Amino acid sequence: MAERSFSREVEKLRLKAGEEFRGEGILAVAKALLQSGVSYVAGYQGSPISHLMDVFTDANDLLAELDIRFEHSASEATAAATLAASINYPLRGAITFKSTVGTNVASDALANLASGGVTGGALVIVGEDYGEGSSIMQERSHAFAMKSQMWLLDPRPSLPAIVRAVETGFELSEASNTPVMLALRVRACHVHGRFTAKDNRRAAFSLSDAMEQPVRDINRIVLPPASFLHEREKTQQRWPAAVEYIQRAGLNEFHGENDADIGIIVQGGLYNTLIRALELLGLSDARGRCRLPLYVLNVTYPIIDAEVHRFCLGKQAVLMIEEGQPEFIEHNLNTVVRKLDLSTRICGKQFFPQAGEYTATVMMEALTGFLDACKSNQISGYEKPAEIIQDNSALDPLIHPRPPSFCTGCPERPIFTAMKLVQQEIGEHHVSCDIGCHLFSILPPFNIGASTMGYGLGWASNAAFNTPKTQRRAISVMGDGGFWHNGLTSGVGNAVFNKSDSVLIVVDNRYTAATGGQDILSSTAKNSLRTTNQPIEKAVAGVGVDWIRTIPRTYNVDQMRAVLREALTTSRRGPKVIIAQSECMLNKQRRLKPLMRQLALEGRRVVRERFGVDDDICTGDHSCIRLSGCPSLAIKDNPDPLRDDPVACVTSSCVGCGLCGETVQAAALCPSFFRARIISNPTAWDHFKAGIRRVVIGFFQKTIERRMKLHGQ
Amino acid sequence: MGSKEIIMSEKAICIAILAMGGEGGGVLADWIVDLAEQAGFHAQTTSVPGVAQRTGATIYYVEIYPGANSAPNDDCQPVLSLMPVPGHVDIVIASELMEAGRAIQRGLVTRNKTTLIASTHRVYSMTEKMAMGDSRVDSKKLISAAASAAQRFIHADFASLAQKSESVISAALFGALAGARLLPFSRDDFEAAIRRGGVGIKSSLAAFAAGFDSIQTSDATVTAASPAKPMPGPALARLVQRIDLKFPIESHAVLHAGIIRLADYQDVAYAGEFLDYLEPILLQDSPHGDARYGLLHEAARHLALWMSYNDAIRVADLKIRRKRFERVENEVEYREDQLLEIDDFFHPRIEEIADIMPAGFGRWLLKSKLLQRFKMGGRVIKTTSVRGYMQLYVVSSLRRWRRSSLRFQLERQRILAWLDLIRSTASINYELAVAIAKAQKLIKGYGDTHHRGNSNFDAVLNALTRIQAQNNPAATMEQLIHAALADENGLALKKALDALAP
Repeated sequence: MAERSFSREVEKLRLKAGEEFRGEGILAVAKALLQSGVSYVAGYQGSPISHLMDVFTDANDLLAELDIRFEHSASEATAAATLAASINYPLRGAITFKSTVGTNVASDALANLASGGVTGGALVIVGEDYGEGSSIMQERSHAFAMKSQMWLLDPRPSLPAIVRAVETGFELSEASNTPVMLALRVRACHVHGRFTAKDNRRAAFSLSDAMEQPVRDINRIVLPPASFLHEREKTQQRWPAAVEYIQRAGLNEFHGENDADIGIIVQGGLYNTLIRALELLGLSDARGRCRLPLYVLNVTYPIIDAEVHRFCLGKQAVLMIEEGQPEFIEHNLNTVVRKLDLSTRICGKQFFPQAGEYTATVMMEALTGFLDACKSNQISGYEKPAEIIQDNSALDPLIHPRPPSFCTGCPERPIFTAMKLVQQEIGEHHVSCDIGCHLFSILPPFNIGASTMGYGLGWASNAAFNTPKTQRRAISVMGDGGFWHNGLTSGVGNAVFNKSDSVLIVVDNRYTAATGGQDILSSTAKNSLRTTNQPIEKAVAGVGVDWIRTIPRTYNVDQMRAVLREALTTSRRGPKVIIAQSECMLNKQRRLKPLMRQLALEGRRVVRERFGVDDDICTGDHSCIRLSGCPSLAIKDNPDPLRDDPVACVTSSCVGCGLCGETVQAAALCPSFFRARIISNPTAWDHFKAGIRRVVIGFFQKTIERRMKLHGQ
Repeated sequence: MGSKEIIMSEKAICIAILAMGGEGGGVLADWIVDLAEQAGFHAQTTSVPGVAQRTGATIYYVEIYPGANSAPNDDCQPVLSLMPVPGHVDIVIASELMEAGRAIQRGLVTRNKTTLIASTHRVYSMTEKMAMGDSRVDSKKLISAAASAAQRFIHADFASLAQKSESVISAALFGALAGARLLPFSRDDFEAAIRRGGVGIKSSLAAFAAGFDSIQTSDATVTAASPAKPMPGPALARLVQRIDLKFPIESHAVLHAGIIRLADYQDVAYAGEFLDYLEPILLQDSPHGDARYGLLHEAARHLALWMSYNDAIRVADLKIRRKRFERVENEVEYREDQLLEIDDFFHPRIEEIADIMPAGFGRWLLKSKLLQRFKMGGRVIKTTSVRGYMQLYVVSSLRRWRRSSLRFQLERQRILAWLDLIRSTASINYELAVAIAKAQKLIKGYGDTHHRGNSNFDAVLNALTRIQAQNNPAATMEQLIHAALADENGLALKKALDALAP
């Protein structure tokens, strides 16, 4: 179950022809898939396409009505392999994941898919993770499109354009027997906009049709000699077919075409930013009516020579605005104009920074550079807005970075508290991390972890660190998501087979938490659509690990530390796996909070726990914060007139996870922490006990108060 | 198309919202979009959530195009930007003061056009929180930077306004946006957007109203109440008299706080000892020309803290008071119809037990191998239960034997040595003596933390001869204290000490 409910959005997926859809870009994609008559959808969740997966999870009834198979794939490779259904049959299918990390994982299957080609439309929807908010790496999906020869769509970031890209993407795929990639930048996935819906379409040819009348064609299988045939098909048939369709359907757009001697070619995804830059320069209005010819590439691969010819003809120079590097399109354009013997100069990166996001500010700078250099007599009267010179450097020391970190009450935090304590005892160890929320351990206050090599590759990235020359063992961390994605084989199986002597901590928080709390095999939730409750422990034992310790409650810092200490110091050699379990707090709260509220309303006894700090006992050293880092563990002014350092405090966001108390005990910290148990709808027995307490405790408290009164305050 | 008239007057209204994950920045953005769309305007919002939703700083960006609404699939739709352009942002809403600073730092707030609406409360950064002392950024500096960076700066503690309405900050900020009259919509329009949102309508509207009204009242900044003046009780009358007679008026507040604390900690006689210790220091401070009695003040403050060191007796004593129970009730938002139980977390080590034992026995206990073998686990005491309360009450009653305890004797020796050092230094270098008095702040915490503090304190004071050889010994002393609080492993302190000439 994902951390957000999409039941309201599911209703939008049912909109009929002519009705207006209002919502997020990635949900518009979901609706467009239904309008295109897909037969199957698969993917691996991750920013920014998680919502597509989540809305389909909640839309199970609708998908069943339309006969659509929807899978949470084990990995992006699985998702890509799923598209094999479109090779032999006229079945439309779509897969989705985060790119380029997911595309890296998927590329084996994608290469084979693109080799044999497809009969039914195959769409690969990738959330292009570049620029601000990019969590992994700055690479381009473009390279994958080129190497496997898949067409790449990069539509304008407006909902009608995105929806059209999905619909025409399938047609393009079928017209050219080639899988098509649709790349959406992070902001485009999350943009709120509108489009006019069409009816959902049920596929004419169904999955059962295919299964009951199976077809095989040896020429579609990637094995010589067919694979040589595929290569020829790619160049002689599929490419020209794609070019023909793209032109006929008018996928790329020509705006503001006039006889100016310069022009701009832009990736569709950058169109809005470009228009804003042109608007600020006085070259366009807010509705995109510009004084400069634009050629908008909603298809960034392949480049259509004839369209380039049409646009460049008669122009002294064009500026290619291409985000990311290497600048594949710019190279391509240069080849085209040379081949066509045009005299047009192709400008690009020389006016832009080689790397980084192309913001409107960057574009204004580059555009003025280009326009000044061209000295075109047709385009003039542009003016860069006066630069606002405000020196804010005095602020620099005052503004601290605020990176994402473990949530309040996160069960992963105590794992790193224990690691910090163990390392204080027996020395620092090399720690390799993985992908997932647990990677926040590399930041203060924990500062644990030296590398992250990819999803599920936490243990694999410590493979070299095995030598009899030292007693010290390397530690790896892996999440349950990464574990099932590939870590079971790439990490655990590998360590067993190669007789590794290192330690793996699997963070088992019952979800793929970092991608939005989706279920996986080891989730403990009941899920009518998926098989869950498959323990990691059994899988690890199954591939041959003997030393396995399961910690059923990560908040038990003492136990966590003891097990870690044992794993790092035992004389027994061989791979060691510690499975640290506790439910992701974000999801737990989402699950429990409404339930508790409901029970309290019904008059049932409900106990809420919260932690706090006695500010007259806290001395303001903040050791507790350095061992926890919980957002709800904060600081405030010291109420003691004799002290000045701020004291620790627990804010009302506390969910009572218990780490504060456990840390106090495990690290022998100060006794200022308390746990408050607030009982709603107490029973008669509760009241009886409380009555006696009031009398006895009240008596002693009065005595103390008499004494205090004498001393004053 | 090129021949078409370009209408330059219609421009989008650009709004950036800086919030931290979980603060409802997305809800605020959605309300604004809904508000605009209902009025027939074209609106767009986007964000880069990703993992940033996990408590990290996030920007939500909204554009409203005031031109007439057109069919969504129309070719001539307004083209709105997906990210703010520095120098061209009309409204910046920051949910916290450092985030307002971040908006300015990123160039989103400019004098030519930006109205900055910011909450002045602080959510401290990890850097500020994890410091061993006080590393908080000065809010006044952030506020004055914001005032000079923005065309108009609207600020108030919107977090506490929201809290008073039992709502979230986004509703209060939405109210401020309405109150600032920056958008062409009425208050009713704003409130209707909240109603359409459908979640927590009543409390959201209350917080909205509070935010709205904060704009009308000229200075919405809440000033913190100054702490109450210490008022010694009747049992301390003679000591108060003594203070009136012998000590300068500048020191009365800190001395009153000191005697109250120590009488409460031990007894009236103990508070008297406090004054006994301070009299010689007063004698040395009096001849010092500036008559501000800085040495007396610092020595008194730190002496009171040191003399009221936190042992198990003190901790138990503080835990069982009615005032403490009431404080917990307030803090955890307890209601009259509920019951409250308090559990306290202790980890008494053999050292802490020995501390409160009679000195001889305590020493034997520490040496004894027999007891060392008992593993002392953590203990949770239910302070609100009769049993738990009585356990703590008994420990707190050991107060009357405290003077003979091991810890008392150890601390007494250390305090006397420290006072000696202050006195002997004061006649040579007054400022350095003040710095020595202040060095006591290094001693804090419990267990290992306390141990570390003690060793740092010793290390700094043991370097006194070398410190005195510096050009500005007092400043050097302050630097060493600062270094001792820079990191847990003592690396900065070691470096600073090594840097002193031998």
